[in-house]
Formats: sequence, structure tokens, C-alpha cells
Amino acid sequence: MAAGKGVKLYGMWASPAVRRVEWALKKKGIKYEYIEEDLSNKSFELLQYNPITKQVPVLVHDGKPVMESLVILEYIDEVWKGNPILPKDAYERAKAQFWASFSEDKCRDAVRKVYFAEEEDTKMKAMEHLMEIIRVIDQELKGKKFFGGESIGYLDLVFGWMAFWLGIAEEVASFKVVDSKKFPNFTSWINNFINDPLIRGNLPPRDKTLEFFRNFRKLHLASCK
Amino acid sequence: MAGEKGVVLLDLWVSPFGQRVRIALAEKGVDYEYKEQDLMNKSELLLKSNPVYKKIPVLLHDGKSICESLIIVQYIDEVWSNKAPLLPAEPLARANARFWADFIDKKVYECATRLWKLKGEEQEVAKKEFIEIFKLLEGELGDKTFFGGESFGFVDLALVPFVAWFYAYETCAKFSMEEECPKIVAWGKRCMERESVSKTLSDPTKVYEFVLFLKKRFGVE
Repeated sequence: MAAGKGVKLYGMWASPAVRRVEWALKKKGIKYEYIEEDLSNKSFELLQYNPITKQVPVLVHDGKPVMESLVILEYIDEVWKGNPILPKDAYERAKAQFWASFSEDKCRDAVRKVYFAEEEDTKMKAMEHLMEIIRVIDQELKGKKFFGGESIGYLDLVFGWMAFWLGIAEEVASFKVVDSKKFPNFTSWINNFINDPLIRGNLPPRDKTLEFFRNFRKLHLASCK
Repeated sequence: MAGEKGVVLLDLWVSPFGQRVRIALAEKGVDYEYKEQDLMNKSELLLKSNPVYKKIPVLLHDGKSICESLIIVQYIDEVWSNKAPLLPAEPLARANARFWADFIDKKVYECATRLWKLKGEEQEVAKKEFIEIFKLLEGELGDKTFFGGESFGFVDLALVPFVAWFYAYETCAKFSMEEECPKIVAWGKRCMERESVSKTLSDPTKVYEFVLFLKKRFGVE
């Protein structure tokens, strides 16, 4: 593997974790080469760079790979000092990292449970749980335009998947949790986020994404039977 | 709670996650008050300090609460940066350390829990997965003294508390870590030469008794 200079990002167009890295790279003004991966037929390079999890995104900087989107975000922030993403203060960082893990563990899991629920009973229970989670996020956003305050910060990039892909999940799996009356702060944040110049134009096409996740859900449910 | 000075750790004696924090505090030579928690009857302090997860460990530092063991360890590393660095200085090495610690967090505990909770075919599957996970970790360790190289660091700390659980896993699922992953066992012994580790890790026999207690509580034979 030649240690080529520069930044490469191995990704997949529909993946929220990949977009998260792209938003961060854009925020920092970092030029990069994007390589689209067919996850059903992974490239030799991807498997060489990430033999452990074999997943995207993988950032390759001067020939060296970095994996896991949250790890990549911290790496980018440490190497390119302009336009900082994470807070400088140790306690503020710890709080930000805590909410990031909340997004990745609790939120993702809660959405998955509704998304893959087939029986009405299971679905209702899962939706109640998801709404509890969104209530927590709604509280965190009280009085703020973004998690980062007036402009997009680390937690906005981390929670960004909920601004677009949650809507996709709602349509594909026929449920509704994003309610502007119940969660006014969360709903405003979604609008602020997807309309922000950093994000707008850097989201996958809605129709294509709906089709992708419809197929993905069908395949997953079939494989569970 | 606000304005209270000092360091307090809310923890459970046998928790490998809590032990990560105890090892980090010991490495840094930080004085702290240890508060054993009853997880069947959670204290108001715990519920107030970690309202989202209501879990241990929680570090209280000058009235601020920090949750999630690896996040706490990184916080400790940043605040008490004058001694025993846990994460490497260089960004790529830091990213590598964070990746492996995250891998350990995602894979080890969940798989290990299935090892003692399940029986028959499901237990065999869990055992196979468990050994695979540790073989990957062995690959990353290679011939190094520690995961961090010559110095004990973040990844070592993230993994080492589980070494005290090997006896329990081996006994429940009938296999030998020494046979399957000798490099990991040797690494574990090297870690135990450090006072921060040997004074923190639970006695494997006591861990096994704890697992038996859990099995009874979950109705597993």
C-alpha cells in the first residue's frame, strides 16, 4: 500500500455515519477524495485498511487508516486545528462524548426496535420508548438553535442522522414520532439542521434513500425468519 | 452537590467498568472517596448524578458528574495530565487506541454475558465468538509488552478488568484461555505486576461466585 499523501474517505452514499464524517471534513475545509464502496462487494483496499470491522467510513490520511465515525471526528479535530469541533474544556468534552454515546447506543437502538418491529404490540411499546428518548433530546435542546449553540457543533454532527434518517425510517416502517407539538425543540432543530448551508446539499437524495432502506428492511426481516 | 470539592467514585466492587476508572485513578495517584453502590436499591446520589442511565461508574469531581467508564478515563487523563499518560500523544496512535477500546466495549461484555447466561448450542456459539474476539485482540497486541507498546495505556486499561473474569467464563463454558489465547493470558499476568491493576482487580474466585449468584437470579442453571 503506497503511502499516498492526502485524505481519502471510503464510504457508502446512504450511510449516516459516512455523511457525519463528510460534514466534519467540510466544516474544517479539508479536501478529500471520496471512494464509493459497494458493501455487497467490498474493495480490496477497504478490506486492507479495515480488516477488523470491514465497515465504512474509513478515513485514510497519508496512507494510514482511521475507523469508526466518532473516532474519525476526534482525529480530524486533533490534526486540523481550525474550526474546532469538540469543546476544549475537559468536562465539556466529557459531556459531549457522553451525549455522543447516547446517540450511538440508546437512540440508534430505540429507532431500530421500532423500525424492525412487526407485531403491533411490540411496535407500540418500542414507539413509547423511542418517544421517551426523544423527550430527553428535546429537553437538551431547550433554548438552543443547535446543540452547539448558534452554529453547528460536535453533537449536531453526531445527532445529525436523526434529522434525516429518522424521517426515512418513519416512512419506510410506517410510524411517526417526530411531533412538533410534543417535541418543539427537537422539531425546530431538525429544520435548522437540514437547512444549514453545511448540511443542505450534503444529504443523500430522499427518494433513492427511501428505496434503499425499504429494500434493506425487507431483506433484514426476511433473514430473521 | 455543587461546590463540593474532591473526587468521589460511585461504583460496584466487581464491575470491570468501575475497575477501569479505579486503575486510572491509581495510575495517576489521585486521592478519592470510594462509594459502594447498591444497584438493587439505587441511591439518590447515583440517580441525581447519572439520571440518563442510572449506572455505575460515575465520577464526581468538584461537584461535576462524569459518566461512562471510557469517557471518565479520558477525562482523568486530561485533568491529571502531569503523570502516567494513558492515551498516546500522537493523533493517529490516539485514534487507534480509541478504536480498540471501542471494539472492546462493543464486543467483550455482551459476548461474555451470553457465555454464562446461555446453555447448549447458544453457549457454544458465544464461546466461539468470544475466542474469535480475543484472537483479534491477540493480533493487535502482537509481540508488544502492552497494547500501548512499552507503556501500559488506554487499551490495556479497557481490557484488563475482564482478565479477572476468565476463570468464571472458562468454568461456565468449559474452555481454557491459556490454550486458546496464550498471549492474552501472558499480557494479563504482565498487567497484574502493576500495583494499580493487582490492587484493583477482583479475586477470580469471588467473580465466579458473583456469576453464580447472577445465574441464580436470572434462573439459569
